[in-house]
Amino acid sequence: MGKVGPRKGGGSAVARPARSNPFEVKVNRQKFHILGRKTKHDVGRPGVSRSKAHKKRTLTLLKEYKEKDKSSVFKDKRIGEYDSKISSEEKMMKRFALEQQKTHEKRSIYNLNEEEDLTHYGQSLADIEQLKDVPESDSDTEETGMLSAELTAAHFGGGGGLLHKKALSGQENEEDKKPKSRKELIEELIAKSKQEKRERQTQRENTLELTEKLDSDWKEIQGFLSHKTPKSERNHAVEEKLKADEYDMLVRELGFEMKARPSGRMKTEEELAKEEQARLLQLEADRLRRMRGEEESDTRKKSKHISADDLADGFILDKNDRRLLSYNDGKLNIENDEDEGVEESTGINEDDVEEEGTEEDSSSEADAVDNHSDLESDDGSMDETSAGEAQKKRGKGDKNKLKEQNAKRKAASLELPYTFAAPESYQQLKVLLLGRTMEEQLLVIERIRKSNHPSLAVENKAKLEKLFGFLLEYIGELAAREPPELKTVDKLIPTLYDLCQMFPEAVGNHVKLILRDVAHDMEEILEVRGRAPFPELDMLIYLKIIAILFPTSDYWHPVVTPSMVYMSQLLTKCPVTTLQDVVKGLFVCCLFLQYVSLSQRFIPELVNFLLRILYMAIPSREVQGRFTSMRPLKSLDKNFNLLVVSEIADAKTWQRQNLPLHTVTGSKEDRKGNHLRLSCIGLCLDLVKRCAVLYGSLPSFWEIMKPIQILCKHMPVSEYPAQLQELHNCVLTQLEAQVQHYHPLVCEKKKPVPLKLFTPKIVKVLEFGRKQETNEREQERKRLIHRHKRELKGAIREIRKDNQFLARTQLTEIMERDSERKRKVKRLFGSLAEQEGNWKAMKKKKF
Amino acid sequence: MAAAESLCAEAALGACLEALLGSRSCANRVFEILELLQAEDEEIVLSAIRTCSRLFGAFLERGELFVGQLPPEEGSLPESFSAEEKYKIWMRHRYNSCVNCLVELMGHESFQVKESSLCTLMKFVELEAKHPLVKVEWSFNFPQELLKLVVKGLIPTEEESSLLSSRFQEYLEHDDVRFFAMKAVAENIGNVMQKTKEVPLPVYQKNVFAFVSSITMPSDESEIKNFLVKHENQEEWKVSKLKEHKRAFERMWLGFLKHKLPSSLYKKVLVILHDSILPHMNEPTLMIDFLTVAYDVGGAISLLALNGLFILILHHNLEYPDFYKKLYSLLDASVFYVKYRARFFRLLDLFLSSSHLPSYLVAAFAKRLARLALTAPPDALLMVIPFICNLLRRHPSCKVLVHRPSGPEEMSADPYVMEEEEPSESRALESSLWEIQTLQSHYHPEVAKAAASINMELSEVEDDLMELMELTAYEIFDRDLKKTATTFPLEFQPTTGLFGQKNDLCAEYFTLE
Repeated sequence: MGKVGPRKGGGSAVARPARSNPFEVKVNRQKFHILGRKTKHDVGRPGVSRSKAHKKRTLTLLKEYKEKDKSSVFKDKRIGEYDSKISSEEKMMKRFALEQQKTHEKRSIYNLNEEEDLTHYGQSLADIEQLKDVPESDSDTEETGMLSAELTAAHFGGGGGLLHKKALSGQENEEDKKPKSRKELIEELIAKSKQEKRERQTQRENTLELTEKLDSDWKEIQGFLSHKTPKSERNHAVEEKLKADEYDMLVRELGFEMKARPSGRMKTEEELAKEEQARLLQLEADRLRRMRGEEESDTRKKSKHISADDLADGFILDKNDRRLLSYNDGKLNIENDEDEGVEESTGINEDDVEEEGTEEDSSSEADAVDNHSDLESDDGSMDETSAGEAQKKRGKGDKNKLKEQNAKRKAASLELPYTFAAPESYQQLKVLLLGRTMEEQLLVIERIRKSNHPSLAVENKAKLEKLFGFLLEYIGELAAREPPELKTVDKLIPTLYDLCQMFPEAVGNHVKLILRDVAHDMEEILEVRGRAPFPELDMLIYLKIIAILFPTSDYWHPVVTPSMVYMSQLLTKCPVTTLQDVVKGLFVCCLFLQYVSLSQRFIPELVNFLLRILYMAIPSREVQGRFTSMRPLKSLDKNFNLLVVSEIADAKTWQRQNLPLHTVTGSKEDRKGNHLRLSCIGLCLDLVKRCAVLYGSLPSFWEIMKPIQILCKHMPVSEYPAQLQELHNCVLTQLEAQVQHYHPLVCEKKKPVPLKLFTPKIVKVLEFGRKQETNEREQERKRLIHRHKRELKGAIREIRKDNQFLARTQLTEIMERDSERKRKVKRLFGSLAEQEGNWKAMKKKKF
Repeated sequence: MAAAESLCAEAALGACLEALLGSRSCANRVFEILELLQAEDEEIVLSAIRTCSRLFGAFLERGELFVGQLPPEEGSLPESFSAEEKYKIWMRHRYNSCVNCLVELMGHESFQVKESSLCTLMKFVELEAKHPLVKVEWSFNFPQELLKLVVKGLIPTEEESSLLSSRFQEYLEHDDVRFFAMKAVAENIGNVMQKTKEVPLPVYQKNVFAFVSSITMPSDESEIKNFLVKHENQEEWKVSKLKEHKRAFERMWLGFLKHKLPSSLYKKVLVILHDSILPHMNEPTLMIDFLTVAYDVGGAISLLALNGLFILILHHNLEYPDFYKKLYSLLDASVFYVKYRARFFRLLDLFLSSSHLPSYLVAAFAKRLARLALTAPPDALLMVIPFICNLLRRHPSCKVLVHRPSGPEEMSADPYVMEEEEPSESRALESSLWEIQTLQSHYHPEVAKAAASINMELSEVEDDLMELMELTAYEIFDRDLKKTATTFPLEFQPTTGLFGQKNDLCAEYFTLE
């Protein structure tokens, strides 16, 4: 039972003007009149509401009560029969749709053509479209529904008419006038329509006649026309034909153009990886077999040349007389030796290339580098083949075979395995790479990567992540070797990059770990001795790799920012004692500048370091003394004259060139030392120039660069070679050219604090007369509790009223039943009494 | 072999000891023991020392050594002495030679020997104090001569002795020992320095410093209770007076600092000066000379002297002319790189905390710090930028440095004169803090953020510098490293090799081969 409260009010509002019996109205007196408050319940009408409630109960509760013990229910399933919301039109539409659905047969679902004809006035639209002017028969007319308005009105008469008619039929006997007039009317109508029909027919006949006539006329005239035009027409035709050809061609071209048609599905990365691994596995099995010296099994077919035009339809020429194209030391191999080894290895190569090709097509650029390395390795294996071949050529006659086998075995053992288990430790990786050439090492790593692609197995991810760590370690070791094998490092970088792209998080954490260890070591040394030596080349390489793997221009980056702090420590806390230190320091400077080249950030340590380096290039003591106050790190460097060129003769032989990185480690003889000094000075000046460009826009550019400028002026330029002098001049002009403008600083304007306002603070009153809670949530809770209570009360009241109503109904039922019974009993008694009376009367009569 | 020998010697020593303690007739066997004190073998020496300790300990307790002015051994003894006295005199001479031997042994190369001879000597000191070997003129008595010998052994001129000094620490707990040791040190320094005539003795000075700096003074008279030897009327003895202690302490230090010190020692002294020397002096103002000299040295030493000076100015009414000027000139480029940076800046903060300072001075300091910040490492920057901001907050009239709305539109040069030594002449108030603006593009994000704070109007509350003062570069590094990042952005431009990036700077200047 819903609440009837609100509707009550509405009902009363409607009913009020009708009749107002003062005894039926209950006035709810208001204590205070409040302006603007709408009062709904100022008057109550208990009688009306009670009767309403009663009515509602009879409609719902009583019905339920009566159907209490009945199990079967009558259901009216007509659509929208009891729904007042739907208009009758919609109702009909829905019913119609349902009907259509029912008649719609299942088998015709897919029959697109046999659509239901769309009709207009019962006539198929398709027919109308064709505009067939076929004369219609008389019978047709009526069916097509071309009825005049009067006819329709007369026949069907609309709703009103029908009702009227019904009423008429009810009262037919009483009124005689009407039927007569109606009969007349109908007759009249029929006559009219017939007349109309006749008229239309005659009209149609007329038009038909006229058309026929026109046609015949045209035929006559056509004869003349056709006689006159042929020549020009032909010319035109030729031209048109040419033109049409062009056009046709275009059309056909368009028509026959390759349309996007479903091709073979693109292979997913997993599939590619799987294929790759399968291939490697296959090759590995092959290699093993050849290593053991087993003959090729017959079941396995030789790898055949497959033409690019091969349709792969199983059609094979009877004889495969084509030779494989193979090269021997750059010359085409024309000899007709059926060396299986050669064939096979070239086959493999080809496979390689092909596979690579497809991979390249489908996979992204990232693999392009792989390609490259693989191709390189192919070269390697090509060489091997030729070596094997050369060996084989020596063998002749019957011995040939034996030798061949031996050679094969040898080649196989030389060849790399095709699959590798991912190394579990750094030692394992080292064992794998030990004693191999650079290309082979790269190939090995490539194969490890391929055979452990993360899409092949879940644990491969962790394996490759580990591999990254080992590779980093390996790079460190390569860089620490004497001399450093930087070429290999260089080649390994793309691999690192790819791995990094795959597992950014693991890589980032790994690099962080390295940084942490190194910085921790340095901190320990610093604590003990107060200064730490420059790190070795491997760390410098790591720093470079960080710049390669991660974007250095980020404001904050989990890896790059710490590495910059580390570099700053290198530049401030490491004393420069040897030329090697100078080169290391300058390399760090270079890196640092590269780190900030995009973000254009200011590095005080860098400028300080350059200052330190330049300071070392100035020989005369008294000049140096004046700058001690500007140099923050005077205590660090003991070796003041490190960069002073000792022999001017060396300056003449100096050539400007890039510094090789291995100078960082090796110590060179003194003559070269002077060259190195000059190179360092040159590099330093270059970096100063870069700084000047980079920091030109800073407001204190001048303050930053002034010490450097003063130092530059004191440099013994005359002893330097011309190239350096030029550079030196360039730097000085660059520094002096910078025009500095100082704008006084002005703070950004603070937002004005709003004035205090004196309008009252408005607090929402949720429940008038209730104690206001300060806490909003508490308020809400209280409100809900109150509401719930009220609802509960209302519901209880309703239930009570329901019960009363039911009890009342039951009582009336019982009373009815009793009175009925009483009545029946009375009647019985009456009849019995009558019988008795009759019997007594009979008795009296008899006696 | 050596072990057998040492066992042999030990047995012999034991026998000697028995015999000597048993009867006076075998007195000559004491020479055997003394001889073994100079043996080669460490073990033998050690056992000899032990034997000596027991022997003379027993003699001292029994009173078998001569008491009073000892007649020389060579000269024949007057007849007035009885035989027993002659014996005692003779034995006293043996005792003296034993002590001398032990003092020499304190310079032995083995630490164990040093240690055990030190312990033995201190045992003798204690016993001599209880059973005085001199005629008692008044009731208090302490074997000062013996202690002087010990102290001399403790601060040798040639070798390092800090280990032994730290062993001596436990004896210094006793107030009387400490008191007399301080006196002995003062005397020792005087003697040694006079002998060498200003020739620097770095090792000696280092030893003295190690010894002297390990002395912990009582802060209250009531704490002076711990005596090696108890006497009656202890309170009347000067050893139990704090003032006397302080005087001895003061004399010792002044004697030590009178002479020229090597700079490393200079720094060490200055580091501990303010909290372990000055409070224990009777007249701290006596240190003024030392401190002003140190303050004028320049560099790190000046920075360190500042602390002591500050205490003197604050508590002892020291008037230091041109203090701020000197302080101003102390600020140079190295100030951010020295080890005592935190300490210096804490003091600087203190000196500049007064609101009565003229604004030109504060502005000059702020501007100078900002200028120097252009060469500072990130850890120092994180400290100095809030420092400058705090200065501006304390002295609102200096806010023109960051906010000059009515100033000229453009200047061709910074009006501030860095080279000027006088803060009032530096024209700092006409300038602006462009340096901080420059630092807004520092490579470290936190520095850049800190520097950006001058863009806005400064808040009222000062920044807390205490934590920032101690910040080191490694801590910054560690903090950056420990920040948990959700993502690792990656370089999107692929590379072809080590120097294969686009616009690779290194590739322009370096080659792989």
